[in-house]
Amino acid sequence: MDALEIARWQFGITTVYHFLMVPLTIGLGLTVATLQTMWHRTGNEHWLRMTKFWGKLFLINFIMGVATGIVQEFQFGMAWSEYSRYVGDVFGAPLAMEALLAFFVESTFLGLWIFGWKKLPKRVHLATIWCASLATILSAYFILVANSWMQHPVGTKLVDGRAVMTDAWAVFTNNTALVTFPHTIFGAFAVAGGFLLGISWFHLYRRRKEGIDTVDANGYVVVGEDPNRGKNRDKTDYQVWIKSLRIGASVAMVAFLGVALSGHEQAKLMFEQQPMKMAAAEAACHDGTGFSVLSLGDITAQGTTNCDNVVAVFEIPGILSYLANGDFTTEIKGVNTLIPEYQEKYGKYYPSDASFGQYAGQEINYLPVMEVTYWGFRLMITLGGLSALAAGVALWITRKGSVPESKWLSRLAVLGIAAPFGANATGWIFTEMGRQPFTVAPNPQMGGVDQVFMYTAASVSPTVSAGEMLFSLISLTAIYGVLLVVELVLLTRYIRGGVASAMPELEAADHSSSGGPKGPDNDDDDVLAFAY
Amino acid sequence: MDWLPTLWFVVIALLWCGYLFLEGFDLGVGMLIGLGRSTEKRKRLLLNTIGPVWDGNEVWLLTAGGATFAAFPHWYASLFSALYIPLTIVLVALIFRAVAIEYRGKAITAATRKAWDLALGLGSLVAAFGVGAMLALTTLGLPLNENGDRIGGAFAWLNWHAILGGVAVVAFCWIHALAFLRLKTDGAVRHEAGKLVGRWLPVAILPLVAWALLVLLDNDSGIAWAVMGLAVIALAASMISGRAGREGVSFIALGVTLLAGVAAIFTAAYPVVLPSTIDPAFDLTVANASSTAYTLKLMSIVAAFGVPMVLAYQAWSYWVFRKRLREEHIPDTHRVVSIIK
Ligand code: HDD
Ligand code: HEM
Ligand code: HEM
Repeated sequence: MDALEIARWQFGITTVYHFLMVPLTIGLGLTVATLQTMWHRTGNEHWLRMTKFWGKLFLINFIMGVATGIVQEFQFGMAWSEYSRYVGDVFGAPLAMEALLAFFVESTFLGLWIFGWKKLPKRVHLATIWCASLATILSAYFILVANSWMQHPVGTKLVDGRAVMTDAWAVFTNNTALVTFPHTIFGAFAVAGGFLLGISWFHLYRRRKEGIDTVDANGYVVVGEDPNRGKNRDKTDYQVWIKSLRIGASVAMVAFLGVALSGHEQAKLMFEQQPMKMAAAEAACHDGTGFSVLSLGDITAQGTTNCDNVVAVFEIPGILSYLANGDFTTEIKGVNTLIPEYQEKYGKYYPSDASFGQYAGQEINYLPVMEVTYWGFRLMITLGGLSALAAGVALWITRKGSVPESKWLSRLAVLGIAAPFGANATGWIFTEMGRQPFTVAPNPQMGGVDQVFMYTAASVSPTVSAGEMLFSLISLTAIYGVLLVVELVLLTRYIRGGVASAMPELEAADHSSSGGPKGPDNDDDDVLAFAY
Repeated sequence: MDWLPTLWFVVIALLWCGYLFLEGFDLGVGMLIGLGRSTEKRKRLLLNTIGPVWDGNEVWLLTAGGATFAAFPHWYASLFSALYIPLTIVLVALIFRAVAIEYRGKAITAATRKAWDLALGLGSLVAAFGVGAMLALTTLGLPLNENGDRIGGAFAWLNWHAILGGVAVVAFCWIHALAFLRLKTDGAVRHEAGKLVGRWLPVAILPLVAWALLVLLDNDSGIAWAVMGLAVIALAASMISGRAGREGVSFIALGVTLLAGVAAIFTAAYPVVLPSTIDPAFDLTVANASSTAYTLKLMSIVAAFGVPMVLAYQAWSYWVFRKRLREEHIPDTHRVVSIIK
């Protein structure tokens, strides 16, 4: 592998990994803020317990998002220095704004939230979690503005071989960003919804299995208590799980509606802006209107010649056209039509320029890896759709107040947590790999600027060696692997611990006879309501 | 609009100052926890002094990086790619550190807790060293060709400038952390930290002074010498007030020493942001590395609004957590008991 390929693997791996933590942070953050608001409004204990429990899992995950995000911020300069020089004038701005306007708020207010439970007036404390979680959404907006500019460069022109910003408003209201943003945020809520659903199901199932909750003759739940576990498994505990489950399932369904609607808008833009990505997503060699549900054959084709081996096994006529264009008849250009168009416009060969390194003068392959785009697109939709469907079924099954005493359903619910994560990851892989061979995709449509584009082959740092890249690829991947295990172990431990794992005071209240959580000295409590 | 790049040079210097001042003490506290010999209770006391604020402090680093990308893309690209290996190591260190702070208290066995302590200590040490090395190199030079790319291989950056900068920041973080603990804790820790600061302050600042002198001697700038004078006065003030037991004044004066020292370095380096040791013609300067006036103007508006906000709410969070901590305040660790076998 050469430096370029290693750099691409590294960027892909680290970003996809970062985006495992990100959607959970975004989705769970707002969920926790809402739960705490409910507690303030109603004063019901179960809302507080929900806030604490989900808040704990949120924090365990959040820190991994932070740790992996730092890598993202640095690696543009480290591995993609030519890219950074070329785009910095436009692309750096949203990145800097993200740090200044969003990351500071996130981190500072989250610190206040974690440690401020007893120090801040209740309302102010509630405000801190809202600030932090809204800032995660703001940060998503900024970074998606940056990413959308790579998909559809606007508000820019070419000066001395560099892209410079001419219209900030255009950059920040890029139509690509405006549809990508809701799509990604809804995607994040799909993740949070599935997470709530799966974990709550597991707890309700265990309550059934251990005989704490039973069902009456009509199948309605009879809530009980576990005398050995005290408050950690009382009737309020039941409320925690059933409410979480139903909220999670509803959120997951609404989120899917959101991704589907915004995804449709994205597809329309993609058809205009990146027709090759659209064709590659469909493994469509020839122009047509049908959406292929399943295509077989050699879709790994690297070039026009054997693209014709692809056979659409099952195709719904008109749907592709609808997805891309809003009607059922407009033909979508296929790969065989597009490749000559790209070659004519942007050249058949990479320029013989030093910045292209060993790729200088070689033939340009305008076709993204079709296997990835085709299956990425389908996996995204399928995984998302399945989890929304499952959420609907879960709502129906739990209408009488609990889950069935079925081990398999419980396992499925826990396993199902992974589906929306998978949908997010495959969505990104599709989007980013579908853009190849460009880092900044050329597209003259819709306010885009024709001359501003950049090949991936010219983006990489010129004098960083393959060995150096390999060093970082291996060390980061190894660490990420280890940390993934650590995070999963910790999440599992806190999930199995139930609500008291996030609320020591629940256990303390059970075990100490004196009642008060921390003894007589109240002033001390004020100093540290929470401690690492 | 010629002054816009200069303004942004100042902003970036200030962001680095903010980073070193704030994260300086939490990096130092991390080193003390992980590499010092404290009891478990003591370690947790130290950790909780930085608990609510360390993540906010780290964002100063991200903002310095992001602002460099936006305002000086060439500086960002050349510096970061030239230091590929050391920055990778810094990233690894920062990852371990962040995760260790959050996860150490969740460890069940003493062995895993020890591992997290080591991650925290080494992570803090290596991150401080790496940032120091990077800043020293950007003020003293790297072998860059005409395109701003490092030549000479993966370790072409490795020289005693890098080591000096690394040592300077590590030593500063250590002493700054002690001054901070003196202010933030009560009891034995406060007492011991006070003694150490009293004894080691001048020594710990020495490498920073050496680095500053190198840059100042290389570029003659009257203002830089004046600022350096300020740093020396602040250092004296910190020592005197420290002896007199005025912990707050002493801490602030030490901070001013750092700020003035770093400001002197950047002032002396101006207008070069990253010198090339191959040929001065290849130097990256405020003029040739910057973004366009349009982008800088946009960023200025955002910063004019954003920076005061950040300062305000970060100051507020320090105010909220202003109470001194004692070992007695630290509750027992909370053992998570599984309700599901
Ligand atoms: C759509 C959302 C999204 C996307 C595409 C990305 N991130 Fe991210 N990032 C977040 C959403 C987010 C977040 C939700 O705001 C995080 C997750 C955990 C957190 O602390 O904030 C975060 C954390 C985070 C941090 C740590 C912030 C801190 O210390 O508080 C950095 C430096 C970055 N990200 C940088 C990046 C870069 C340079 C990306 C592009 C390659 C990127 N992120 C993709
Ligand atoms: C978090 C969501 C994201 C994911 C999962 C993701 C995924 C990927 C993947 C898989 C690649 C490799 C493509 C290939 O080499 O074929 C890639 C490349 C790239 N992405 Fe993203 N990306 C994400 C967000 C972003 C954002 C927000 C930006 C910019 C702000 C960005 C900038 C880039 C760049 C510069 C490359 C260049 C490397 C290349 O083209 O190979 N990505 N991304
Ligand atoms: C009917 C359902 C969906 C449709 C029609 C759809 C459509 C699309 C399209 C066209 C893109 C590519 C945008 C581009 O490259 O310009 C995309 C990307 C993406 N999708 Fe979907 N999607 C659907 C469901 C989902 C689901 C369920 C999730 C996650 C839970 C999801 C997450 C993503 C993500 C994270 C990206 C990459 C970021 C972006 O470009 O927005 N999508 N989607």
